[in-house]
Amino acid sequence: MTFELSERVQEVPPSGIRRFFEIAEERDDVISLGVGEPDFSTPWAARDAAIASLERGRTSYTANRGTRELREAIADYADDRFDLEYDPAEEILVTAGASEAVDLAFRAFVDPGDTVAVAQPSYISYEPGVIFAGGEVLSVPTTEADEFRLTVDALDAAGADEADVLVLCYPNNPTGAIMRKEDLEPIAEFVREHDMTVLSDEIYAELTYGGDGEDGVDHTSIATLPGMRERTVVFNGFSKAHAMTGLRLGYALGPSEAIGAMNKIHQYTMLSAPTTAQHAALEALESCESDVRDMVDQYDRRRRFVLSRFREIGMDVFEAKGAFYCFPEVPEGWTAEEFAEGVLREEGVAVVPGDVFGPGGEGHLRISYATGLEDLRKALARIEAFVENNV
Amino acid sequence: MSEREVLELLRENARYSADDIARMTDLDEREVEETIQVLEAAGVVRGYQAVVDWDKLEDERVRAEVELNVHLDRETGYGEIAERLARFPEVTALRLVSGDYDFDMEVEGDSIREVSQFVSEKVAPVPEITQTVTHYVMTSYKENGIEFGDGEEDDRLSFSP
Repeated sequence: MTFELSERVQEVPPSGIRRFFEIAEERDDVISLGVGEPDFSTPWAARDAAIASLERGRTSYTANRGTRELREAIADYADDRFDLEYDPAEEILVTAGASEAVDLAFRAFVDPGDTVAVAQPSYISYEPGVIFAGGEVLSVPTTEADEFRLTVDALDAAGADEADVLVLCYPNNPTGAIMRKEDLEPIAEFVREHDMTVLSDEIYAELTYGGDGEDGVDHTSIATLPGMRERTVVFNGFSKAHAMTGLRLGYALGPSEAIGAMNKIHQYTMLSAPTTAQHAALEALESCESDVRDMVDQYDRRRRFVLSRFREIGMDVFEAKGAFYCFPEVPEGWTAEEFAEGVLREEGVAVVPGDVFGPGGEGHLRISYATGLEDLRKALARIEAFVENNV
Repeated sequence: MSEREVLELLRENARYSADDIARMTDLDEREVEETIQVLEAAGVVRGYQAVVDWDKLEDERVRAEVELNVHLDRETGYGEIAERLARFPEVTALRLVSGDYDFDMEVEGDSIREVSQFVSEKVAPVPEITQTVTHYVMTSYKENGIEFGDGEEDDRLSFSP
C-alpha cells in the first residue's frame, strides 16, 4: 500500500542541505563550518550528575512540567541572568529541547488560517512548525543594512500588522545578529499596538558578545519590556550555552495560561522531558557557570578571529555579536549556493548557504565558529585560496 | 586587562602567533608583541615548553615525584635549601607545600637507576634533608591541563541547523 501523506507534511519541502551532505561524504578532509552545535562537550560536572542519577536508578518519568528542583533553578537563573521573573509552579515548562517548546507553542497558539510572522533569516524549524500546526507563515526579511535586526519598517513592508503571532530569534541563527533593548522597544510597541503574541527563541542568550562599553552588551529579552510579559513566551535551553545538544533539554517561560496550554500538549505527547537530562541540567545551573563563561570567552575570541580574517580575505561581513555564527556576503557574481558548493568541492570547507534560512539570507553564508581555532585557521586559509583562484 | 587576555591565550597555546592573538583580542599586532615582551621582561612569563606524552615515544623517560622533609636552623631557611636543589638539572619542578612534608620535587632522568642515584647520591646527603620518599610516575593522564587520553572525538554531523 502507499501512505496517503497529509497535506501539511507534503507542503514542507525537503531540507535544502541534503545535497551538501553527499558532497561532504566524497572527501575525507572536510573541515566543517556548517555545524549548529557547540564543539565543546557538556561540562563534566553535568555529565557526572547525569551518570550519578543513572547509577541511583533515577530513570522514571518526572512531573510533566519537569522536576520541581530544576524549575526552581531555572527560575533563579532566568531572573538572575536576564531579569525574567517566572513562577516555577505555573510559568515554566521543561521540554525535550527548546525545539519541542517551539513546536508546542505553535500548536497551542496557532489555529488553521492564523498568520505567523517570522523574522528571517532564521532557524529552519519555525516555518515547518507553523505549517504542521495548520498556520500560515508570513516571512519578514531583515537586511544586512540593518545588521539583520528586525525593524518596524520591515514589519510594515511585510504586512505583519495582520499577523497573529511574531517569532523572533535573537541572538540569531544564522546571522549572529543581536537586538539591544533600544532595538526591541519599537518592535514591542508594534506588537502591543496590533495585539500580537510573541514567541521569542532566546536559546543563544548567553552567547552575546562585544562588550566595548564598560557594562558590555548583555542579552535583553523582549519579555522584560513594558506590557510584553503577558503576551510573550520565551524559549531557552541547555543545548548551546551548556553544550548539551544531544541531551535534549529546553524550557519555555510564559504566563501560566500559555504554559498551561503548552503543557496540555506536552503531557499527552512527551509526558516529561528526559529525566537523565534534567539531572544534568540541574547540575549545569548549580555549578557550571564558570564552564559557560570559559566557553563564551572562547567563542568570542574565535568570533573576532573569523571576522578579522573574512575582512582580510575581502569578503563583506557585518559585526555579528551573538550565537556562534557570522554571516559574510559572497563575492559579486556568485550565489550563496554556488559558492558553498564550490568551496566544499574544491577546498573541502563546509558552509551553509544563507538561503536555507529564508528570505534575507540569500547571497550570504552561515559560518559557524563552534570549531577549534586550528581548524578555523585552516578553513579560512582554504576559503582565501578559493576566493583567490575563482573570484 | 589586555595582559591578562594575552596571558590566557599563551597559556592555552604558546605557539599562537602575535597575529593570531591580535585577531582574537582586537588588539593590534604590535600591542600584542609589546605586551608579551613586557610580560617576559617582568618575569611573569618564564618560558615556553612543549607538553610531551613520553609514553608515545620509544625512548624511556623516567619521572619521579619526591617528597622531601627538611630540618631548618638559624642559618638555613627553605629558600636556601630550595635554591640549592633547584640548581640540579635533574630537578624539573620544586615547590614548598603544606602537609606532611616540606618540598614536592619532580625529577626526570633516562632510567630508574639514574633517578635513584640522583636522589640517593645528590639529594639525600644534603645535610638539611631529613627524609626523602620517591614515587615513580607510572602513567601520566593529564599534564598542564592537557588530557592524554585518546580525546573526545568530534562526532557531530558536518551540517546541522
